[in-house]
Amino acid sequence: MSSTLSACGAVLRRDLTLVWRRRGDAANPLLFALMVVALFPFALGPESAQLQRIAPGVVFVAVLLAGLLALDTLFRGDYEDGSLEQLVLSPHPLPLLLACKIAVHWLTTALPLILISPLLGEMLHITPEARWLLPLGLLLATPLLSLIGAVCVALTVGMHRAGMLLALLVLPLYVPALIFGAGACMAAQAGLPYLAPLLWLSAALVLALVLAPLACAAALRISLA
Amino acid sequence: MNTLALWFHRIGSPPTAYRLAGRITPWMYGIGAVLGAVALYGGLVLAPPDYQQGDAYRIIFIHVPSAWMSLFAYLFMAANAFVALVWRIKLSEILAMASAPIGAAFTLVTLVTGALWGKPMWGTWWTWDARLTSELVLLFLYLGVIGLYHAIDDRRQAARAAGFLALIGIVNLPIVHFSVNWWNTLHQGSTVRLLGPSKIDAAMAWPLLLMALATHLWFFGSVLARTRNGLLELDAGKEWVRSIALQGESAGGSA
Amino acid sequence: MPIPDSLERPPLLEARGLAFSRNDEPIFGPVDFALHEGEVVLVEGDNGAGKTTLLRILSGLLAPTEGEIRLRGAPLTLRDLSPQVSLLSHQAGLKLDLTPIENLRFAAGLHGARAGMSPTTALAGVNLSGYADEPVRHLSAGQRKRVALARVLMAPVALWLLDEPYANLDRDGIELVNRLLENHANRGGAALITSHGAYAYTSGTPRRIRLHARSGEPA
Repeated sequence: MSSTLSACGAVLRRDLTLVWRRRGDAANPLLFALMVVALFPFALGPESAQLQRIAPGVVFVAVLLAGLLALDTLFRGDYEDGSLEQLVLSPHPLPLLLACKIAVHWLTTALPLILISPLLGEMLHITPEARWLLPLGLLLATPLLSLIGAVCVALTVGMHRAGMLLALLVLPLYVPALIFGAGACMAAQAGLPYLAPLLWLSAALVLALVLAPLACAAALRISLA
Repeated sequence: MNTLALWFHRIGSPPTAYRLAGRITPWMYGIGAVLGAVALYGGLVLAPPDYQQGDAYRIIFIHVPSAWMSLFAYLFMAANAFVALVWRIKLSEILAMASAPIGAAFTLVTLVTGALWGKPMWGTWWTWDARLTSELVLLFLYLGVIGLYHAIDDRRQAARAAGFLALIGIVNLPIVHFSVNWWNTLHQGSTVRLLGPSKIDAAMAWPLLLMALATHLWFFGSVLARTRNGLLELDAGKEWVRSIALQGESAGGSA
Repeated sequence: MPIPDSLERPPLLEARGLAFSRNDEPIFGPVDFALHEGEVVLVEGDNGAGKTTLLRILSGLLAPTEGEIRLRGAPLTLRDLSPQVSLLSHQAGLKLDLTPIENLRFAAGLHGARAGMSPTTALAGVNLSGYADEPVRHLSAGQRKRVALARVLMAPVALWLLDEPYANLDRDGIELVNRLLENHANRGGAALITSHGAYAYTSGTPRRIRLHARSGEPA
């Protein structure tokens, strides 16, 4: 029997290869986030001060929504061709294998968004103080969103048109991450202390890193039964 | 200990639960209605007007017990979901799913009465006060559970999945509340604080508590009534359901 | 408790009173049967009789509504079942964007490989070596089935659960499946296969289990 480490390595290698083979798709969340951010000046007017006030929050929401759209791809491919079953049948701990899948998913959908977040902020004339905090806040918030999202996707895996339902399940659970992440950046922009929300976010992330894979595995077993 | 376990086991059996619920429900509804009427009289008529808000505060006699019930219902749902997932007890599955719509209704009442209170108080229908916002998120959690339950064909799997979601929600509930509180204080300048009676007069206290009791009774009556329907639905093919349906027909009307 | 028989070892797989219902609709059972080492058993039944469900239960993916399953005489939880079996489902369980070798390497990483077997030799064992580096997307349904069979062949387990192994295969493919099953049985392994009956296992007379919606009796 293979070792757990090699099993995790196999999952990581496979998922990364699959993303690489379809690397064109990786641009989609980026384009979506760009378009969402661009909508706001069109809706609210180009006045710089007004846009600046809402900049951190808007970027966070745009990244959150882009991630939500990308969430569906986490298990759908594996569910449709039967590989998800093989994953569940593996002798190795399912939570660990799922954690590897979620990690690759985050790496390929959220990390690019984090990298362009300063650009998104610039489009809304974000202040320099908040501009450098934005990637940090997103770095802490997006894994949290991926982990919580994974549990909800596991509950709806295999449903046709689960998109709206998934959003309904996931958005109330996203509220704290959004509040602390965007709140930290908004506080920085207003010259207020921003460390506390970042620490809360980190604590929630650590909690989720441990609990979410377990919950995801349990949810998956319920859904596949 | 054995007799207790045996008693639980018997109650858990669908036909027994159905009969027992049928006997309890009318009493719950009845007593709840009576107590509720008394509480409303006490709150709307007997209690003195508030020195700050005048008569407009009286909506708290519906708003506050509804808020308490919205939380209680969620706890009840989550507890039953836990039992259902760990011990796979059918009755718990049905109880959990039955409490979801009722809890959602109480949450909606809380939000609406909150809005109605807001209008004379602050001139606005909605305010992003910490507590109301938390209630709004709670409503979405309920709707998510209900939505998931109805999206899956297999009723028992649906109850398990939705119950699992309810448990995730309960873990998140304090976190959401905490984060919303923090968020509210961060943006203190723009929002108005929800004013509540700081020292509540005895004449205001008893209708409030009585109303809380009445809503609890009403909740149980409602949950048990829904559970009866759920039991019939789940056991639709079985003998005991058939005999009830036939009895209903021969009696010449609905049971 | 296993039926004591000093001459024989306990059966590899034993199911007692196994039944399954969904939404209180009985799908199959209760059914009892035993599978010994070296045996290949055919599960027969009409469409919807629950053959696929039975295999999913035996692989540990699904919990039976009643009954218990024993492996070598010891009762097992579902989680313990999964590592001991290899399941071939309707869907091949292959990633279309990967080559057969990559798919098999992943399977080897996930489940391990039988001693002396590697993704390359497994692929050779199903006569598909020439397609080792072709994305599965470009393979025919029959070829994909062979890759899935290679995965089963490579798995270090004694018990094979094959759902419709003959589907999509040409005559050579059917021969291949029979040959693989025979070798597996001779090695001391066992297999439970479902089939619509048109192309059945032809080596000797396989024991058959028939599933009905209400009850199944081993023939």
